[in-house]
Amino acid sequence: MKSLTLRGWVTLIGLVVLALLPVFINRQLPLTILQQWPWLGGHFDFVTFLTGQEFYLVLATRLVILAIAAVSLNLILGYGRMISFGHAAYLGIGAYAVGIPAYYEIYNGFIHIGIAVVVSAAFAFLTGLVCLRTRGVNFIMITMAFSMMVFFAFVSIEEYGGDDGLVIEVRSEFGQWVNLENDTVLYYVCFVSLLGILYLIRRIVHSRFGMVIQGARGNEGRMQSLGFDTFRYRLVCYVIAGALCGYAGALLGNFTSFISPEMMDWTRSGELIFMVVLGGTSSLFGPVLGASLFILLEEILSGFWLYWQLIFGIFLILVVLFAKGGIDSWLGRRPER
Amino acid sequence: MGESVILGIKDLYKSFGGVAAINGLTLDVLEREVHAVIGPNGAGKTTLVSQLTGVGLPDAGQVVFRGRDITRMPAYRRPHLGMARSFQITSIIHDMTVLENVVLAVQAKAGHSYRFWESAIVDDQLTEPAMRALTQVGLEAEAMQIAGPLSHGEHRQLELAMVLATDPELVFLDEPTAGMGREDSTRMVSMLESLKGSRTIILVEHDMDAVFALADRITVMVEGRAIATGTPDVIRADRLVREAYLGEDMNTAVK
Repeated sequence: MKSLTLRGWVTLIGLVVLALLPVFINRQLPLTILQQWPWLGGHFDFVTFLTGQEFYLVLATRLVILAIAAVSLNLILGYGRMISFGHAAYLGIGAYAVGIPAYYEIYNGFIHIGIAVVVSAAFAFLTGLVCLRTRGVNFIMITMAFSMMVFFAFVSIEEYGGDDGLVIEVRSEFGQWVNLENDTVLYYVCFVSLLGILYLIRRIVHSRFGMVIQGARGNEGRMQSLGFDTFRYRLVCYVIAGALCGYAGALLGNFTSFISPEMMDWTRSGELIFMVVLGGTSSLFGPVLGASLFILLEEILSGFWLYWQLIFGIFLILVVLFAKGGIDSWLGRRPER
Repeated sequence: MGESVILGIKDLYKSFGGVAAINGLTLDVLEREVHAVIGPNGAGKTTLVSQLTGVGLPDAGQVVFRGRDITRMPAYRRPHLGMARSFQITSIIHDMTVLENVVLAVQAKAGHSYRFWESAIVDDQLTEPAMRALTQVGLEAEAMQIAGPLSHGEHRQLELAMVLATDPELVFLDEPTAGMGREDSTRMVSMLESLKGSRTIILVEHDMDAVFALADRITVMVEGRAIATGTPDVIRADRLVREAYLGEDMNTAVK
C-alpha cells in the first residue's frame, strides 16, 4: 500500500471523524438504525438524544452542508478563477426549492432535489451568460448583483413569507427507507452527498474538461489561440457549480426547517469564499477543511466574545498573508495545483 | 513549394486611436512556403499576426484562407481550420506541467473537450502525440516539470511544441528567437528548417540570419504597408528596401 502523506492522513482522519461522529454523539445509534429499517430487527422505542450531544450533531450537519457548498464554489473559484461573490444565492434557491413545494404540501424529496438542481442550473446558465463576459472585479460585482436580485425577489414575495421567511414543517420524503425526520439519517445523507460530490469534482478536475478550465485559468488567450471556446467551457463549469450548490441548498432547507432570504445575503457568499480561501483554493479537500475550521471557530469564538468576527477577520488576514494556499498548503500540497 | 495561395490578405486596415498600424496591406502567402515578414519596429508586424489569427479584428479588408473568408472569424475557431500561432512574448500555462501544456494543444484538435470523467493526462490518445511534439523540439526530458520555472529558451521550445502538437497547415511564428542567445537561436533555426516544406509558415522575425536562412519569400513591411515581396535574393538587391529599412544592417547581417 502506498504510504500516505500528511495531507492524505488529514483527509482520511477528517472523513473518518465525520463518518463516526453520530456514533460518538449518540451511543444508541445502532438502535436508531434498527428503528429506521425495521426489517433489520425488532421494534424499538423512540430514541431520545441528550440535549448537549444533539447539539453537536446539528453543528456537524451544518458543517457538512456548508462544506458541499464550499466544494462547489471551489470548482469555479479555485480551478477556474471565477471569483463568484454570489454563490449563496444557490443555497437559497435550493432551500426554497424545498420550502415552496412544502408550502403547497408537496413533500416528495425527489421533486425538491430536482427543482433545486434544475432551477439552480438555469439561474447559473442565464446569469453566467452575462457574468462570464466580465473579468476580475467586474465579475465579482456582477455575481454579487445577481445574488442580491434573488435576495430581494424573495424578500418581496409575501406569499412565501417575504422578509420573515418560511417554516418547513415536514422534511423531504424519500420513501420509507430514508427518513430525513431523523437527524442522524439527515446527517448521513449529507455526509454521503459530500463524499459523492468530492469524487465527482475529482473526476471533473482531471478530465479533459477540467484541463480546459484550468488552462483558461492560467492563460485564457492562449487557450483561445489553441482553439478552445473558453467562454462556453467556463459557462458549463459555472452551471455545474451552481447545480451542486443548489443541491446543498436543498439539504440546508431540510436541515434548518426555517428558511429566509437572509440565507442568500451577500455576506453568506462572502463566508463561502472565506471557507474556500481558508482551506486552500483549487485543492479537492481544502474547502472541507476550510468549512470545518470556519464552523468550529465561529462556534468557539462566538461563545467568548460578542465581537468575535473581529478575531475572525484578523485570522483570515494572517492566513492570506502567511499561508498562501490556505490550510492545505501547510499540509504540504504542491504549489498552485 | 506549391503555387496555390493558402492565405490571401487584401487591403487590410487596422488603426488604434487614429494611428494606422496596418495601412492597406495586400499579400498572398503560397502553399508550403516559408514567408518571412520583416520590417522596422512599429511597422505593424505583430498587429498583422493578431489580425490574421483573429485576436483583433481589422477595420477593413479581407483575409481568405483556402478560399474561405475568415476576416471576422473568432480566434478559437481558426485552429480548427488548420491554423496555429506562437507568440512573441511566451504564452504558456505557467502552473501546468510541460506535458499538460502540450496535451491541451492536442486536446484542442481532438474534437470537443466536454468529457467530464476519464482522466486526460493518462489518455494515450493525448499524451502520445504530445510526447512526439516534445521530442521534436527536444523538450521530452522536461515533460513532467511545471512549465513556469523553466528557462526562457525552454519556454520558446515549449511554445513551438504546442504549435506542432496541433498539426497545423499554416503556422504563424511571431519572433520565435526573441530574447534567445546565439546558441539557442541557432538551434531554433535548425528546428524550423526541419519543418520547411511540410507546412506553410509565416515568420515574423528580427534576426536577419534566421530570416535569410529560412525564408522562401520575404515581405518587407514599413508603416503598415508591404513595400516589397520577393525571394531573399530579390529583397537583398532591392534598393527601396535598403533605403527604407535594411540599410547598413543588411550588409553586416547578410554579408
